[in-house]
Amino acid sequence: MAEPAKKVEEKKIIDEGLEMGTEKLTQDRIENVINRVLKGESGARLKAYVDTCIHCGLCSEACHYYLSQDNDPRWSPVGKVKQTLWEMIKKKGKVSPDFIKRAAEIASTECNLCKRCAMYCPFGIDIAYMMLVVRRINHLLGVTPLYIQDTAHSHAATFNQMWVKDDEWIDTLQWQEEEAQGEIPTLRIPLEKEGADIMYSVIGPEPKFQAQLIYQAAVIMDVAGVNWTMPATPGWDNSDMAMFTGDNEIMGRLKRAHFETAARLRVKKIVMGECGHAFRSVYDVGNRWLGWRMPPIPVVHAIEFYYNLLKEGRIKIAKKFEEAVTLNDPCNVSRGGGLHDKARYVVNAICESLVEMHPNREYNYCCCAGGGVINCGPPYKMKRVEGNRIKAEQLFAAKARGAKVLIAPCHNCHSGLEDINHHYGLGMEIKFIGDILYEAMEKPA
Amino acid sequence: MLSAENWDWETPEKLIAFADWNENFAWIEEPHVSCDGEKIAAIVNIAEGEFSVCINGETWENAFEKIWYPRFAPDGRLTALVSEMGEWTVAVDGIAWENKFGYVWNTLFSEDGNHIAVAVQQDMAYCMAVNDTPWQQSYSNMTNPLLSSDGKRTAATVQVEDFGEGDIQKFQEGVFTAALDGKPWNTKFVNVWKMAISPDGEKLAAEVRVSLYDYTIAVNGRPWDKTFGCVWEPIFHPKSGSVVAPVRTEGAWTLAEDGNLIWDRRFVQLWHQMYSPDGNKLAAIVASKFGKWTIAVDGKPWSVTFKDLITDAAFSPDGRRIAAVAKDDQKWKVVVDGAVWENTFDMAWKPVFSPDSKNVAAKVEKNGKYTIVVNDRLWGHECETIWDPIFNSEGDKVLLRSIEDGKYYRRVITVNDL
Repeated sequence: MAEPAKKVEEKKIIDEGLEMGTEKLTQDRIENVINRVLKGESGARLKAYVDTCIHCGLCSEACHYYLSQDNDPRWSPVGKVKQTLWEMIKKKGKVSPDFIKRAAEIASTECNLCKRCAMYCPFGIDIAYMMLVVRRINHLLGVTPLYIQDTAHSHAATFNQMWVKDDEWIDTLQWQEEEAQGEIPTLRIPLEKEGADIMYSVIGPEPKFQAQLIYQAAVIMDVAGVNWTMPATPGWDNSDMAMFTGDNEIMGRLKRAHFETAARLRVKKIVMGECGHAFRSVYDVGNRWLGWRMPPIPVVHAIEFYYNLLKEGRIKIAKKFEEAVTLNDPCNVSRGGGLHDKARYVVNAICESLVEMHPNREYNYCCCAGGGVINCGPPYKMKRVEGNRIKAEQLFAAKARGAKVLIAPCHNCHSGLEDINHHYGLGMEIKFIGDILYEAMEKPA
Repeated sequence: MLSAENWDWETPEKLIAFADWNENFAWIEEPHVSCDGEKIAAIVNIAEGEFSVCINGETWENAFEKIWYPRFAPDGRLTALVSEMGEWTVAVDGIAWENKFGYVWNTLFSEDGNHIAVAVQQDMAYCMAVNDTPWQQSYSNMTNPLLSSDGKRTAATVQVEDFGEGDIQKFQEGVFTAALDGKPWNTKFVNVWKMAISPDGEKLAAEVRVSLYDYTIAVNGRPWDKTFGCVWEPIFHPKSGSVVAPVRTEGAWTLAEDGNLIWDRRFVQLWHQMYSPDGNKLAAIVASKFGKWTIAVDGKPWSVTFKDLITDAAFSPDGRRIAAVAKDDQKWKVVVDGAVWENTFDMAWKPVFSPDSKNVAAKVEKNGKYTIVVNDRLWGHECETIWDPIFNSEGDKVLLRSIEDGKYYRRVITVNDL
């Protein structure tokens, strides 16, 4: 770990959620919650990580924050553990309310849980897990950034992350069906079709702000002749900010609704849209909290779904996308799900030219939006954008080699990269794979 | 309700053409059949922006701009959610309710089919409507709509106070409660989720969150004395009226009755608890270990476990047997009393017991075709579509409703002929 090249005065960020929560803390409550989580919830896994770490700092250069903050050790993964969990363990929970507030800020807004550092650790220590333990403690203490807490509330009340009401969801699907029928008159978005092969699930922002993505998916399904359905009940949203606030009970409630909806509809698979964190929630974290070793109904990410459709010839390409593209491998589906080669197969099938960014595949830098960081809202936007200068440099290098369009097959990547694009003046257009596939595919005349 | 005793159990086979409907319409949506098997219906597109429902080849007299969610009520009436001039309502046998709304969804039926309820949105206010009569009160949001089995009571989670975007403090003070027949409880909670109405209709129980971290069950608005790390939906004892719910305590799940733990054993997961019809036995779907799913009866798990899933458990009418659907390595199975049937499937539906509890049947899918399996014996027809089997009251015959070669068949076969 190198010494920082310079010291930067940071602006103090006021977050109402952290302030309000901290005001209510007492020493007893802090101690009680920390020890309850350390002894009762985190168990052998955390102990193994804590006992194994030799403080070598090799994780540092894996972290986009550390690299973007001129190698300041405070931003290194191990530095973040030192400033949070190690102190809690060392002091047996006797830490101050201000310490908890700062720990919440570090764990929720200065780490994307991207797990890149785990690949550089000689022992494979999962620092993201340790940051999640900190977030869990913060949740139980009521000290969570306001915006993401509000999103977790939305999940709890509506089972989706955007306060979409039950009728608004169905109405949106029917609206998109009608819109798409302007292009393919017989197209349907089949609701509640029991026994369909596939349930298509999306994240809350799609019906709220990006309904065209549902339209595009419906066209792809229709042209490929997929026997599919979408539920008309809660359980349609695969996203999960509760996973990132440490509210495991709400996370479990959401995943139960999702899988039980799929089981009720008797589908053989769930195909999910281009989202990374939701994949992590349904494929790894949420299902396992409920006791399922693997998803009880198999989950297929959009990248793999497109791959299968193209490989099987169910979708044919009429005209490849002409502008040179580069591809951002989302952490959760690439490092977490191994879909990077399938993503390349798809991109090469639909685009004339793919310019690789470096590093790439499972070694790609995080977008700095994932792990719930972008969901902590406007107060942290500049910290997030400035905390990923390395991503801008990575993209400038790809642009210098001809890339004009940036493909980001993940909602959080998409939004985070838009901010980086604007802040650093990259001038790249950002698209989902589905945007290009929809444009490039053969459709009925 | 159409009493199964009065159905035609003598005619071995009736046939209704179905594929022919294609000639008359731009498209036909998924077919639905009545319980007695005498009627098959589907939404049909007549012209651009004009839809109807076709039953046994005859379309409803009324056409609508949009139709969705066609469902037969247990009494044989066909309902659908229909839209005209931008307003939505329920149509029953083609006749729209007089009341029109901004939106309607989630059709619910009483056991006898006499009562039909839906969730309603009008001018961004939410309530339920039963038999064309909306609640007197409406709310800024409503979720988890429920109709009692006798159809006399309705309930839902309702939002009783408004709060602004990002007002996490107000949310955590509690803005939700449950409403029975539209009347809200006096107590507010952080969250109210699934609920149950007691057999006598006098009590409403719901899973609630009293703070971000404390969960319990509330009955008629009064929370249990104890809180838990998490809870799932409650049920009522069919006779005593006590309330039983899964609760998470010290990181493991068990069952609590009126707030007190009643099973000694702890599980990695526990849900979908159910009483036998006489109320003497209590069973639940459990994960006895991580990734090992089974059924526990009165606290004791079956020895057989499944890796992926166990679902759709049902007690036999005599309360002595339990059947469920399980899944292992992408194979769906039927399991009865802890014994797994030899046949495996690409998909299996909820098992059905005969009234005498001796026979078990289920709809299954194999290689893209559907059939029925009775007591682990497969019916020899490979169908394009099939519906759940129904036993006659003696339990010796099964009503089969299927589509083969584009034709809808209503067949009655004896169990011994399978």
